Amino acid sequence: MSIEVRIPTILRPFTKDQKIVSATGSTLAEAIANLDNQYPGIGEHLLENGALRRFINVYVNDEDVRFSGALETALKSGDSITILPAVAGG
Amino acid sequence: MSLEISREFVEAILEQSRAEYPEECCGVILGPVGSGKATRMKPMINAAHSPTFYEFDPKDLLALYREVDDFDEEIVVIYHSHTDTEAHPSRTDIAYAGEPGAHYVLVSTREEIAPETEFRSFRIIDGVVSEEPVITL
Repeated sequence: MSIEVRIPTILRPFTKDQKIVSATGSTLAEAIANLDNQYPGIGEHLLENGALRRFINVYVNDEDVRFSGALETALKSGDSITILPAVAGG
Repeated sequence: MSLEISREFVEAILEQSRAEYPEECCGVILGPVGSGKATRMKPMINAAHSPTFYEFDPKDLLALYREVDDFDEEIVVIYHSHTDTEAHPSRTDIAYAGEPGAHYVLVSTREEIAPETEFRSFRIIDGVVSEEPVITL
């Protein structure tokens, strides 16, 4: 059960500059927990009060998870997660 | 550190900011990875359609990063306009700045300086803003 995770530049200090890492889990929540086990501290940049942060975009196989169940989005081996911080401001 | 940018891109960004006024406009300039050169401008849609906020549409954002990867490019400049305040990063700009390697370009179309405009460039790293000179080529 291996899922590819693409890490944005701003979070690469957690992954020793690796752009692509792997994680395990049958939901996005599990995969993020697994990621945080491997790379302690990365989880809090993705989650806030138990939900995905508003200005972090997460895609599973290029689908925005806001439309596929957010943290409950189901994952299977071979899936690919992309994390991108929003480009936004005031 | 400074931003080197062609006059053509400066003009195009200012023109976009006027055309999309009173909404904030936004976009990027891409360049070959590792070069730091701003060579390909890509205006983006402000999905927030707001005079005080901008956000790339999440779908467009993913497409942009895929394109950048496919062409071995990087995001050299991230630009947006302020419609009523000076061309300086706002608190929200600083809070959401997610590309430590990019030049954050701000333009202002605020009324009190019209028809003049401001065009300034900044680095935003770990919440720290530093202005840099803009060199027009």
